[in-house]
Amino acid sequence: MSAGALRRALDNRHLLGALFLIPAAAFLLLFLTYPLGLGVYLGFTDAKIGRAGAWIGLENFISIWDDEIVRLALFNTFFYTLVASVIKFALGLWLALLLNQRLPLKSVVRAVVLLPFIVPTALSAIAFWWIYDSQFSIVSWALMKLGVIDQYIEFLGEPWHARLATIAANIWRGVPFVAICLLAGLQTISPSYYEAASLDGASGWQQLRHVTLPLLAPITAVVMTFSVLFTFTDFQLIYVLTRGGPLNATHLMATLSFQRAIPGGYLGEGAAIATAMVPFLLGAIMFSYFGLQRRAWQQGGVDR
Amino acid sequence: MSEGTSARSELRVAAGAQAMDYLVTMPRRVVTVYLPLGVFLFVLLFPFYWMVMTALKPNEELLSHQGNPFWVHSPTLVHVKKLLFDTAYPDWLWNTVLVSVVATFLSLVASVLAAYAIERLRFRGARYVGMSIFLAYLVPPSILFIPLAAVVYRLQLFDTRLALILTYPTFLIPFCTWLLMGYLRSIPFELEECALIDGASRLQILGKIILPLAVPGLISAGIFAFTLSWNEFIYALTFISSSEVKTVPIGVITELVEGDVYHWGPLMAGALFGSLPVVLLYSLFVEYYVSGMTGAVKE
Repeated sequence: MSAGALRRALDNRHLLGALFLIPAAAFLLLFLTYPLGLGVYLGFTDAKIGRAGAWIGLENFISIWDDEIVRLALFNTFFYTLVASVIKFALGLWLALLLNQRLPLKSVVRAVVLLPFIVPTALSAIAFWWIYDSQFSIVSWALMKLGVIDQYIEFLGEPWHARLATIAANIWRGVPFVAICLLAGLQTISPSYYEAASLDGASGWQQLRHVTLPLLAPITAVVMTFSVLFTFTDFQLIYVLTRGGPLNATHLMATLSFQRAIPGGYLGEGAAIATAMVPFLLGAIMFSYFGLQRRAWQQGGVDR
Repeated sequence: MSEGTSARSELRVAAGAQAMDYLVTMPRRVVTVYLPLGVFLFVLLFPFYWMVMTALKPNEELLSHQGNPFWVHSPTLVHVKKLLFDTAYPDWLWNTVLVSVVATFLSLVASVLAAYAIERLRFRGARYVGMSIFLAYLVPPSILFIPLAAVVYRLQLFDTRLALILTYPTFLIPFCTWLLMGYLRSIPFELEECALIDGASRLQILGKIILPLAVPGLISAGIFAFTLSWNEFIYALTFISSSEVKTVPIGVITELVEGDVYHWGPLMAGALFGSLPVVLLYSLFVEYYVSGMTGAVKE
């Protein structure tokens, strides 16, 4: 091929487009698409670490359906996701509204608020581990001094305490993300809506309910989809704080599939548990998709 | 304060417009704004304060019920010394830096090419490729790590840094591409058309016009990708077993805990030093980070 032909070929946008996609496509096909399919396949085999498995049909799925611990993990995952997401949204919205006020040192405050989200979860979880310690918890100490309790709280030792304690740590990390994203949405709302609403005699709550929330709906849908997705598939926090204990009370689907597959060695069973998470994942994506559609429609645009 | 102003100040509490802020009285602002904000800041920042205090306390003070635990009475660097000289912590730090920098760089190169192709070249099927990149972004590592472990094992990359460098782009490329697509969309088409008329090739346009204009977007994507790699946990936990190739989060969790003996001081010092690099980077590029995060959500 002559230099001229090569140059012309590189100016052909279809050819050049395909060429530019090669690096990204290579990574994603080899390390994302292929493993995704392989994971579903592994779920139908009895593969163990160091041994390729044989096809055993639905056996893994039947056995995990009958497995009390898997059912408990499923319940925990839903409970964890639901409670944490609702509270993250409520607190995140509140924090976003506060940060949208006129404040001294506003940009510094905003930057500082995001810190829990920046710091590696595994590392901040260590701080929570120590805060939740059964003998030296600072929270127990403070509550004792205030006279609220008369003995140290077993934060991670009792099933329901542990569930709530891990949820609290998850909320701590998630609120900044929700708040900063919603704040970006709030800043796009024109003040004239509020002027109009207050001239019509709307109270603060009415403005929040009828102006802020509807205009924030599109971004809320997307932010909460991501938040739900990350919470549902959470792993680090549980792994560091409880490893699923006590009595499997805090096992999530992700931590259980890790435990069965890697330390346990039952790759097939672990993969089946991970695959069982997929239907919910698809649900969240659909939710996000329709949220986005609504956005285009609200702005008077055409759905793409 | 008359009835009128207090009634009007009611109107202004909830929402964000700043036009009528002067109507809100100071005591009211303290209760509705500063007090809740103070509580938020206290709760969000307390764990960091507690990390610092714990890392500086000598063991006697850590494990005593006497005195005020909120303050450190005789600060010591003995935990930091143990961490730096008696553990493989410096190795872990170096591994984390290396893996994060290389994975981020690879992902940025792949992403900027892909984003330009999808958003600007608009080749046949570009829309579907863009959509599938978005879907790839939604695939969480916790359903991928088992089959990925099998892939890594078959490629004989198990227990190497390369395993992490090659797998981190699976979540970095979708994110960066999506972010850069949004960014490229804001660069006017006319600039490219002018260059085409002047006889520039597509490669020249990318190198001399698009890339220089996309620098802020590249910084956003780069910072975000770096912190995502730094925070990664489940792949590193699954693919790495030797101490000298571990990353900071994995090393701290798996090696500083010996049975039931928790070395709280070194643990906290490790958590603190593992967080500082990202916090430092973040503080230098806050605006880029935030625009990256919110941009990815808004598009």
